[in-house]
Amino acid sequence: MAGLPVIEIKGLTTTFRIGGREVAAVRDLDLTIAAGETLALVGESGSGKSVTSLSIVGLLPKGIGRIASGRLMLRRKSGETVELQALDNETLRCIRGNDIGMVFQEPLTSLNPVYTIGEQIAEPIRIHLGKSRREAIADAVRLLVDVGIPDPQRRVRQYPHELSGGMRQRATIAMALACNPALLIADEPTTALDVTIQAQILDLLAKLQAERGMAMLFVTHNLGVVAEIADRVAVMYAGSIVEAGNVPSVFSHPRHPYTKGLMRSVPQLGEATALKEAGAPLQTIAGSVPSLIDLPPGCAFAPRCPYAIDACTTAFPDLVDTGKGHASRCIRWQEI
Amino acid sequence: MPEEPLLSVTHLTKHFAPVAFGRGPVVRAVEDVSFEVPRGKVVGLVGESGSGKTTIGRMAAQLIEPTSGSVRFDGVETTRLSARQLRQLHARVQYIFQDPFASLSPRMTIGEILTEGLEIQRVGTRAERAEKAVKALAAVDLPADAFSRYAHEFSGGQRQRIGIARALVLEPELIVADEPVSALDVSIQAQIINLLRDLQLRLGLTMLFIAHDLAVVEYVADTVIVLYLGRIMEIAPSRALYSSPRHPYTRALLSAVPSPDPARRGKRQILTGDIPSPADPPSGCVFRTRCPFALDACAGPVPALREVAPGHAKACIRDDLD
Repeated sequence: MAGLPVIEIKGLTTTFRIGGREVAAVRDLDLTIAAGETLALVGESGSGKSVTSLSIVGLLPKGIGRIASGRLMLRRKSGETVELQALDNETLRCIRGNDIGMVFQEPLTSLNPVYTIGEQIAEPIRIHLGKSRREAIADAVRLLVDVGIPDPQRRVRQYPHELSGGMRQRATIAMALACNPALLIADEPTTALDVTIQAQILDLLAKLQAERGMAMLFVTHNLGVVAEIADRVAVMYAGSIVEAGNVPSVFSHPRHPYTKGLMRSVPQLGEATALKEAGAPLQTIAGSVPSLIDLPPGCAFAPRCPYAIDACTTAFPDLVDTGKGHASRCIRWQEI
Repeated sequence: MPEEPLLSVTHLTKHFAPVAFGRGPVVRAVEDVSFEVPRGKVVGLVGESGSGKTTIGRMAAQLIEPTSGSVRFDGVETTRLSARQLRQLHARVQYIFQDPFASLSPRMTIGEILTEGLEIQRVGTRAERAEKAVKALAAVDLPADAFSRYAHEFSGGQRQRIGIARALVLEPELIVADEPVSALDVSIQAQIINLLRDLQLRLGLTMLFIAHDLAVVEYVADTVIVLYLGRIMEIAPSRALYSSPRHPYTRALLSAVPSPDPARRGKRQILTGDIPSPADPPSGCVFRTRCPFALDACAGPVPALREVAPGHAKACIRDDLD
C-alpha cells in the first residue's frame, strides 16, 4: 500500500512568454504521489502534462517558462523535505538524477551518442553517490541486469546506436534508477516504441516500481497505458486537471465530459467490428483543443462540451470532490 | 466469373541496397507478399516497425519499384510502365501521408496544393480546377476560404483533412492511406477516421489502409493483413482476425495492446526479445525467435500461407494451437 507522500504540489501555475505575453500553460494544479504509488497524468497536446513534469525537475526553457506560483514539496531520500520552486540551480542539480529519476519519450535523444551505455549510467552514480569509476561501472552492469538487458557485460561497453529502440529505453530506465530515486518521472516512455515492446517496458516499470517502492509520475496520452500502469489518474485539459481519482473509479464512472468523450472516441479492440457493421460512426469530441493564448472564458472545455450550459462560460469551475477521492472540474458532474 | 480485384500484388519483394558506400547488408523490407484489394473494399495492413507495411503501400501506389513480383492495377501490370503511363496511373491512385506537417508545402496556398495534381494531369481550365478544389474542401468539412490560406494556419486535424482533400480531388479509384491518424491527438483521430470511412462508403473508394493501431484498422478495414519482418503472418476478414486470430504473432500483437479496462490489467501475453533487423531476418519463420510455440522445424523452410477457413490464412506450421 502507498506510503508517505514523496511529492506534493499545491497550486502550481507555470507560465510561458509567448509573443510578449505571459500565458499559463499549467494553472493551479494540485497533486500528491506517495511512495509506491503511480499517478498517470493524461492529456492531449498542449494540455500541460509535460510542462508539469518539467516544472518539478526545474527544466523549463530558460527565460521563457517559469513557475509563477505554487509549492512543490519533495521528500528526499534522506527524509528531508525541500521546496523545489525555491531551490537554486546548484541544489536542483543534486536532486535531478539522484532523488528524482527521469525517463523521456525518445531514448535516442536522451542518450549521448559519443559515450558508452555504461559511462552514461555510471555518471550519476559517480556524481551523486561519489563512487569510483570502477564501482560505478559495476553498478551499471547490475542495473542493466535489473532492466532486463541480456549480456550486460558486453552492452555496458556499447554505444547507443548499437542498441535497438526497446533496449535503449531500458538503458535510459537504468540511468534514471541509478541513484535509487524517491520519485521517477516517466514522460511518454513508450510512445516511440512498438506495441509488443511497449508491453515489455510497461511490465518492467511496474515491476521496478514495486520492488523499489518509488513514487512514479507517468505522463501519457494513451488511456490504455494509464489503465495498465497507474493507481491514480489525473486528466488534464488546457492546463488544468479536469478530473482525478483512482483508475478503476475514473474509468468506470468518468465524472467529466472531456474524460468521457476521450474514452468514447478511442475505438476498442474487439468492439470496433460491431460498430462498423452497425454502420455507426465513432463517437467524437467536436472541434479542437483551444490555444492557450486564447482560452475561452469559464470552463475551457465548454465550447466542445455537449453538457455545456450558460453557467459554464461565466466562471472557472472548481475541482470538486465527488466522493472516494474522485474529483471533477465540472459543475454538472452529478448528471454525467 | 468474379470481378477482377482493383489491385492485386503477387510475390512482391523489395530489397533496399546497402547504404554506407555499398557495404553493409541488404535490407529485406518485403519478401514474397501476395494479396488482393477488391473494388470498393478496404484492406488493412498492420505490423510493427520494419514489417514492410509502408514499403508495400508505396509499391502499391507505384511510388517505388519492387525488386521483383507484380503489381496489377485494374488488370494492368504497373511495374513496367513508361513515365507517361505512370503519370496517367497516378491520377487513379492517391496517397495520404502520416505527417500532416511534413506533407504539405509551407510555401503553397491550400488552393495551389489542391490544384497541383489536376494541373499535372491537365484536367480542365483554371476555373474548373479551382471549383474541384473547393468541392474537395467541402467534402472534408473545411470552409471554402481555406483555398487562399497556408498550411501553417491550420491545426493538425485540419491539415490532415487537407491531405485527404488533395487525395480526393483527382477522383482516384484507389487510396493508399499510410498511418493517416497516428500523428493526431486522440480526440481528433476519431473525427478523421469517421471522415475517411464516410468518404470511402459514399464514393465507393477502394483503400489500402496502413496502421499500427489495431483498433483503428478493425473499425476501417474489411480484410486485415498482419505483417512481420516483411512477410505476411496472417490474412483474414476483419471480424475473424479479431475474434479468432490463428497465428501466434497476431495473438501476441492483439494481447499487447493496453486495454482501457483496468479489470483486464496484467492479462497480457508479453513477447520476449526484440524485433530482429530486416537486414538479418531469421531463417524459416521470421517470427520463430520470439514465438513461444516455436519448434525446430520452424527454422526449416519458410512456412507457406495456408487457408484455415474461407478467406482466412496463416503462415504457421502448427495446427495444434487452435
